[in-house]
Amino acid sequence: MEFAQFCSTSRVLIVAGKGGVGKTTVTASVATIAARAGMSVLIVEVEGKSGLSAAFGQPNLGYEETQLAPRVRARTLTPDQALVDYLESHGLRRISKRLSSTGTLDVIATAVPGMKDILVLGKVKSLEQDRAADLILVDAPAAGHAISFLLSPSGLLDAVSVGPIRKQAADVTELLADPRRCQVLLVTIPEETPVNELVDTAFAIEDRVGISLAPVVMNACYPQLDLETDVDKVLADADAAGVFVSHREAGHLSDAARFRTERQQIQAAQIERLSAALPLPQIRLPFLFSTDLGPTQIDLLADAMSDRIESIDAPA
Amino acid sequence: MTAPPAGGLSELVSEGHVVICCGSGGVGKTTSAAVIALEGARRGRNAVVVTIDPAKRLANALGLDALSNTAHEIDRQRWSPDDPTASGRLSALMLDTKTTFDGLVTRYANDEEQASRILDNRFYRNVSSALGGTQEYMAMEKLHELHEEGGFELIVVDTPPTRHALDFLDAPKRITRLLDNRIFRLLMLPTRASLRVAGVAVQAFLKTVGRVVGTAVIDDVLAFFRAFEGMEEGFRERAATVLALLEDGGTQFVLVTAPQRDAVEESVYFAEQIAAHDLRVDALVVNRVHPQFGDEQAAGLRARAEHLRTELGSGRAKAAATRLAAQYENLADFQEIAAREHHHLEAIRARIGTAPVSTVPFLAHDVHDFAALSEIGDRVFRADDC
Repeated sequence: MEFAQFCSTSRVLIVAGKGGVGKTTVTASVATIAARAGMSVLIVEVEGKSGLSAAFGQPNLGYEETQLAPRVRARTLTPDQALVDYLESHGLRRISKRLSSTGTLDVIATAVPGMKDILVLGKVKSLEQDRAADLILVDAPAAGHAISFLLSPSGLLDAVSVGPIRKQAADVTELLADPRRCQVLLVTIPEETPVNELVDTAFAIEDRVGISLAPVVMNACYPQLDLETDVDKVLADADAAGVFVSHREAGHLSDAARFRTERQQIQAAQIERLSAALPLPQIRLPFLFSTDLGPTQIDLLADAMSDRIESIDAPA
Repeated sequence: MTAPPAGGLSELVSEGHVVICCGSGGVGKTTSAAVIALEGARRGRNAVVVTIDPAKRLANALGLDALSNTAHEIDRQRWSPDDPTASGRLSALMLDTKTTFDGLVTRYANDEEQASRILDNRFYRNVSSALGGTQEYMAMEKLHELHEEGGFELIVVDTPPTRHALDFLDAPKRITRLLDNRIFRLLMLPTRASLRVAGVAVQAFLKTVGRVVGTAVIDDVLAFFRAFEGMEEGFRERAATVLALLEDGGTQFVLVTAPQRDAVEESVYFAEQIAAHDLRVDALVVNRVHPQFGDEQAAGLRARAEHLRTELGSGRAKAAATRLAAQYENLADFQEIAAREHHHLEAIRARIGTAPVSTVPFLAHDVHDFAALSEIGDRVFRADDC
């Protein structure tokens, strides 16, 4: 499948996953591929602090839009700010200050659970309708919260029977349920707990919200190597190649090979398990032997991701 | 591998009373909390671990299910199969936020009738299950309960993953402030003449708000505040007692992190917040540190691989050289990541000052049973095999 086709299937792509699986990295990579394909991209960060700007080698994001790279813009959209904006745009400008200084805002947000989430999604919806970008990427809250974030509109429809908030929830529900407008891209890594959480999240999202899922991103996969874990065989290869390798160094080579082989086996089993549990295509991204993901690493991941996407069959 | 750096953590396991594990999401807080409690029990103490939303397999290992909101002891056979005569005890519980909150309401209500009016209120149900901060607050409440009534020597508490490290310190205040809301309480006051004006203004204000969110919502809230009347004081005092326990010297903080740039940044931020509360980080745990194989540098190893790949022989010798090149590449990859992680560890040491740092190796297998928890414990507390 061409990336443009992959992306153009929906204008809003919500990236979700457990903390620590590389959600932000994946968001940055998708943005990079889309920008390479000539699309304009707007990344919406909903949790405030994240490494997103660092991934593009830029300073921290603010509420105003920032240009992170050619054709890639980003902004934060925090729940608190969304609530204040909403009240101000509904004739409550005069009292919104009083609402927050007296703590009444908290009382109301508590009385209507998911209200802030709806307002964030409502903002995303208006960005979508204003065609703010060809692709809007939402870096969603971490896993457990992602479900409640996405379920918030349907919950609110049950709790609130009238009023503009209800209208907002209905609009957002419509956006989420339309695969031509919105999809969720789930990210995980090939370890047991993250895979379990991904499967739970996937079913919760599809069954309860009716959101379509994009292919799943399996991040941080070791490129499969067939390595020698037996120190004597490493020494034998050194002999055969006509080079000197000390016994000690051969030990390090075989230890490192053993560590990698064990991790590869675990990963292969988890990848297999996810395939069996969830009938969605997987985009596997390589583990980069680095602890800091900056522009160079994001470019590498974007390359890998484009290759993977091309090998996914286009839907009939 | 470096020498065992477990001074701070080790002392805390032997002598600490309340240990709070904090840190950002995905760094292994729950595992660290379990390792610390297990180690306490292995050293003969009566230890309990309070987990929050543990992974399923770990929860199973700890004998936890959805109904485990009270501490229950884990059969010694399971956590100490080699030494069934060990004198320590290990208990675990999985925090159930709503049940804990319900318990608090029942405790402070004047009578059953008041309690059930609150428990049935829709606004209360949102407060106790969906409100951000409630989980943190109830974790601290549970900690207080175990401290007062449990008879435990070592209480290890996992904290929910949050953006703000110290939500668990601020949450009790935030929630009592919510329950104490000035506007809504004004409506409860007897309508003395001087207050009637304020009452009218407040009513108009709420009417406006009601137009946006619906009047049914406002009615629920009012009903709640009416039902809650008279309990604010008890709640406030309780929250103050909980906070006092945290601020007392007997509570120690373990900051859990991972050796990546973003995790380091976040933990530095956490440490600053802890300091801003006049508390200190007593120990740092850096999880999932990759192993280092020897001290050869990555660049040299890569050059060696390149040389083997391009310049050596033909036929059988060439095949052997190619295989060997892959071995060197792999070793170089691990040395590179180990060097980067080492750099981040140094940054943590330099920026988070005095707290002793314990490193937990990245194991080749996943951690979700007592064997693996013990293995980590051995590596952290008895690292003489490294």
